Amino acid sequence: MNWDWEKLRQNQQKFENKREGGGPNMPIPPQMDELLKKFKDFKLPGIFLVVIVLLVLFFGSSTFFTIKTEEVGVIQRFGKYTRIVQPGLNFKLPSGIEKVTKVKVKRIYKEEFGLQSDSATSNYRAASESSSQGSSLMLTGDLNVAVVPWIVQYKISNPSDYLFKVKDVRAILRDMSEATMRTVVGDRSINEVISKREEIALAAQQMLQHEMDQAQSGIKIVNLEMKKTNVPGPVQSSFNEVNQAIQEKEQTIYKAREEYNKAVPLARGEAKRVIKDAEGYAIDRVNRAQGDATKFLAVYKAYALAKDVTKKRLYLESMLEIFPNLGPKYIIDSEQKNLLPFLNMGTGSSSALQNSFLKKSE
Amino acid sequence: MNSIIKTLSLIVIAAGIILVYSAAYIVDETEQVLVTQFGRVVGKPVTTPGLKFKLPFFQVANFFPKNLLTWDGDPGQVPTKDKTYIWVDAFARWKIVDPIKYFQTVTNELAAIERLDDIIDPAMRNLVTSYPLVESVRNTDRRMDTLESVMDENQKRVQYKVDLGRDEITKRILKQASEKLTQFGVELVDVKIKRINYIENVREAVYNRMIAERNQIAEKYRAEGMGEASNIRGEKEKELQVIKSQAYKDSQTVKGEADATATKIYADAYGADPDFYAFIKTMEVYKETMKKDSTLILSTDSDFMKYFKGIEQ
Repeated sequence: MNWDWEKLRQNQQKFENKREGGGPNMPIPPQMDELLKKFKDFKLPGIFLVVIVLLVLFFGSSTFFTIKTEEVGVIQRFGKYTRIVQPGLNFKLPSGIEKVTKVKVKRIYKEEFGLQSDSATSNYRAASESSSQGSSLMLTGDLNVAVVPWIVQYKISNPSDYLFKVKDVRAILRDMSEATMRTVVGDRSINEVISKREEIALAAQQMLQHEMDQAQSGIKIVNLEMKKTNVPGPVQSSFNEVNQAIQEKEQTIYKAREEYNKAVPLARGEAKRVIKDAEGYAIDRVNRAQGDATKFLAVYKAYALAKDVTKKRLYLESMLEIFPNLGPKYIIDSEQKNLLPFLNMGTGSSSALQNSFLKKSE
Repeated sequence: MNSIIKTLSLIVIAAGIILVYSAAYIVDETEQVLVTQFGRVVGKPVTTPGLKFKLPFFQVANFFPKNLLTWDGDPGQVPTKDKTYIWVDAFARWKIVDPIKYFQTVTNELAAIERLDDIIDPAMRNLVTSYPLVESVRNTDRRMDTLESVMDENQKRVQYKVDLGRDEITKRILKQASEKLTQFGVELVDVKIKRINYIENVREAVYNRMIAERNQIAEKYRAEGMGEASNIRGEKEKELQVIKSQAYKDSQTVKGEADATATKIYADAYGADPDFYAFIKTMEVYKETMKKDSTLILSTDSDFMKYFKGIEQ
């Protein structure tokens, strides 16, 4: 507020000029004596004037103030809350009577829990372990330990409640946030904590909002976001192993299915082949039978005309066909007896047999 | 003379200002005031905000907070009923509801917090110690997805059954502590468990248990996988047998029917003259079976050779 200082200085200069006008260093014309006296009389009210001007300026400057766009001003008259003023230039009664507190209602504040940056921002009653670790380690419903980091984003929705109803809103928010998160996580198994973050975030946000409303903190939880939930370091590998085992299980089953899928359709095809084969056999068999039958009947028909001759002819024709193809032939008189032992039977076959033995022994 | 009056009036004005200044006091929205006269409480506590007056000099305005205050407990080790050592950090919210009692007994916030320490901490310890750990951790009997096998589900359900839950335990802490705090003019709004965890030594054991539990679950999955795979393989074997035997059955039926048909056809045809058939077939068989390596000994008796020795016989 430069300008009122300038005004003040101007006022002061004016006044000083007046005084200096009657200062002792100045040559004083005799006709000025009375004037000087008058000035001396004015001296006392002059000081009052300065004080009054100063006071007016002081109070005057405290009657108007600007509120930035992201804020509102909460006005208290003698400590009592009277009104809220919106962004822009505003007026109030001078300080001492009315007081303005600016609250940033549009700004979104953030609190982090269990993240690395957490220990830097929180100035909390020291726990027996580092704050960031402490706030994220929690017990799950199945009495396991989980690491659950999260952030809470909030804004001030009711400036007067925010200022007057709770002494340290941020501390309450932090404490409540931890308490509600643990309540929510405490009712869930370690698996759920790891896999159902969205659900947990939602439940915790609702519960936290409810608590903050009950405390009349004037705070609205804009967002509660879970960061990567996990199990403590030493246990992580065993959890990974479970995931791996699940994969393995799937893999084993798929492999078996693969075998199944490989073998069964093949067997089905094979079965079809066997049946087709049988059908082929059936057709072959019947056709042959019919062929044979037709042939037989045809021959028979001819035979029936001249039975004796035909039979003989057929016999002899067959013999004609067979005999040339035969091996050694012996013809024995029917009166000769016991000739068989003298014959070197089956020379052909036995020599062939011998040959095959020799070949083998070689 | 004039100047004396002036100075006098100035003094009077100054005195007036000082008097007014000493008599008036401002009560903020967050405050309540107790007026005392030489240390003795005068009148009712002032709980509404605004500009208030009292007697100057003789009376003193004592300011107390009216809004919600926080008490943060000292985290400490507590054994639970099931002999697990845990580390509990609680906090509470409180208000001064009776400034007169408050003024008479504790005077200021620091002393009040000490009293709260003395009362809430033991109450919390009492209750946490009297119940198994799970009562302080869980809030409801909600069913959890624990990945456990079906076999030991009953056992788990019993182990994790919750009678009271965290809310009820904190309510009881609140009740126990509240009774003792009324004498200080303090109202305890609520007590909450902020952090609850195993102590360092126990944690190691718990981690080991978690690892063992996970390993068991992992094994279960593996076994399930192998079991299911075996099942599928069995299914496969069965399917193969079914398919093969069905195919065999079908093919044999088809073949049998064909054979039957063929037999009938033969029977029908050859039935015309079985003798001739025998002859024809025999001839065929001779043709088929008599080959180069067959030795034939023929008697002149035979039909074929009957003309060999002579024509008339």
